[in-house]
Amino acid sequence: MAVSPSSTTGSVVQLSRVSKSFGDVKAVDDVSLEIQRGEFFSLLGPSGCGKTTTLRLLAGFEEPDDDGGEVRLLGEVVNKKRPYERKIAMVFQSYALFPHLSVQRNVAFGLEQRKTPKAEIGDRVRRALEMVRLEPDTFARRMPGQLSGGQRQRVALARALVLEPDILLLDEPLGAIDLKLRKEMQLELKSLNKQLGTTFVYVTHDQEEALTMSDRIAVMDNARVAQLGTPAEIYENPRTAFVAKFIGESNFFGGTAERRNGGGWEVARSGGGRFLVPDHPAIREGRAVRIAVRPEWMDVWRPDAVPPGENAVGGTIRDVIYLGETMHLIVTVPGCDDVTVAVRNEGQLIKPLPWKRGDAAAVAWRPEDCQILEEV
Amino acid sequence: MAAVRERLLAWLHPRPQARAWALLAPGTLWLLLFFLVPLIIMFVYSMMPRGIYGGVDPGFTLEHYRRFFDPLYLDILRRTFVWSIACTAICLVLGYPVAYAIARGGQWKNLLLFLVVLPFWTSFLVRTFAMIFLLRDSGLVNNWMLRLGVIEHSITLLYTPFAVMAGLVYGFLPFMILPIYASLEKLDLSLLEAAEVLGARPVERFRRVTLPLSMPGVVAGCLLVFIPALGSFLTADLLGGAKQMMIGNLVQNQFSAARNWPFGSAASFIVMALVLLAVMFYLRVKDRAPGEAPLR
Repeated sequence: MAVSPSSTTGSVVQLSRVSKSFGDVKAVDDVSLEIQRGEFFSLLGPSGCGKTTTLRLLAGFEEPDDDGGEVRLLGEVVNKKRPYERKIAMVFQSYALFPHLSVQRNVAFGLEQRKTPKAEIGDRVRRALEMVRLEPDTFARRMPGQLSGGQRQRVALARALVLEPDILLLDEPLGAIDLKLRKEMQLELKSLNKQLGTTFVYVTHDQEEALTMSDRIAVMDNARVAQLGTPAEIYENPRTAFVAKFIGESNFFGGTAERRNGGGWEVARSGGGRFLVPDHPAIREGRAVRIAVRPEWMDVWRPDAVPPGENAVGGTIRDVIYLGETMHLIVTVPGCDDVTVAVRNEGQLIKPLPWKRGDAAAVAWRPEDCQILEEV
Repeated sequence: MAAVRERLLAWLHPRPQARAWALLAPGTLWLLLFFLVPLIIMFVYSMMPRGIYGGVDPGFTLEHYRRFFDPLYLDILRRTFVWSIACTAICLVLGYPVAYAIARGGQWKNLLLFLVVLPFWTSFLVRTFAMIFLLRDSGLVNNWMLRLGVIEHSITLLYTPFAVMAGLVYGFLPFMILPIYASLEKLDLSLLEAAEVLGARPVERFRRVTLPLSMPGVVAGCLLVFIPALGSFLTADLLGGAKQMMIGNLVQNQFSAARNWPFGSAASFIVMALVLLAVMFYLRVKDRAPGEAPLR
């Protein structure tokens, strides 16, 4: 298959039913996805979920199984192509800077391998270093061993970006640097992505990082894509309990659909009581229903003061936790796990929360804030 | 006794320098007594007249050093250097791929390492004798070649430069393999992946990443082969016969059969000085070589 001329627009990465096994273990199982040109696309999941193997399939360090689908880059099937035959760049988790080469030699490495004219190399190395905000005159001659973690990170990025790749693969590049610098780099990466128009494929286990930077996220679980969507779709409408739990915090309630009520359904909760949920194609009368509700979409009321029209479950305050920006109220509810409710901290010194351990309380939320999970 | 130990430890604890010295002392004393003192004795002997029944007579002379610059001895010296360099080069060419294979050997790594070290279980003398059985006119090598029809008559292998070189390479090869293995083994595999994704094909990847990063092992291996090869005498003695003398044979001969201790000492010191110069030169060149020139 030749390179399609349409590769200037549309999807630059296509995985069609891709599988990869190591021995008996399926590391990537029937994964299909498309990544658009210029997109910031994250593969998110816990360790061992297959996200890194997926990235390595794109880089060419791994080959899909013999009947394991197709990997296409810029329209071309690359299943059997070695990394040096693919037009990609990559930033490694460990940075993988060549310790025997100076910063400028590291950055020039890819250009030299790709037979870039000598006269051009020096200039492009300079520009790449400036792009990642490393002063060329200060850093060009340094050895990697003389740099801090954050500086190494920037050199690794420059070494990849200097090739002006269509696709940049990043394997947890911010895992090893401290929190403050990490936040800064997240924004920088995002703005580089927009500014250069390069497609970024980003592997991370950090949900907050993925939400901050990505245009779209593929949440991976157990070698498969559990959900694919924009950060808002993933966070506000998780399809499975795994996604709801992995991205942010969630409270889970289960029950049986009893009857239609207005535009939604009335559900008998397993622990007693009822709640309303919006309509959903998967709900049938008598079927089990499981929902997730985000802590910040709930409120705690006195049992007799729940606003009308809201779902409510009664329980006992187990803990009041001070987190700074927010307060968490942990409520013990019969028939399900403890429920966490997040409320804004309006100043505990001036206006303390009226709750203490052992108080009887009702947790309430609006029916439209129920996220209905597909697997029960 | 326990009280003394307690007090000694209590005294050492706040004194890191004293602790370092305490750790260094046994080895240092050993070397002083059995290495430095004999070396000084030899140095003194090398400038005294020769005694009739071995040993030395009182007096001072530089005659032995002057005598060494006889063409006869210089020839031996030249041969020794050429052979040692050749031996080092052959060990490097044979040893590097082996070290590379072991470092990438996966589950076989330990077995392969064990096999490399296995020859040390027998004495070098015995192993060198074994080579005589391989190489002599009616030895295994000649027998096989005759049977396979490679040759029609036995060829002389033993007591030739070939036999000496084969023996030297055989004896020193593990000293090349082990340090190179050690440096390849700790090579970060993600560096190789980085090179590949930056467009380096396998040959380029080896030239620009693997080889430079294994240079410390190569340097150590070359020194570990070159220096002992230069001083070896057993191999040349057993496999080379009288014609293929190396400097080690000369020295050994002076101390035993010829009973000329001062001349043996002088020869030793000249070789030592030359080794020192050669190693210094080598380390200089090596420091300059692998780093790549800056851009522009």
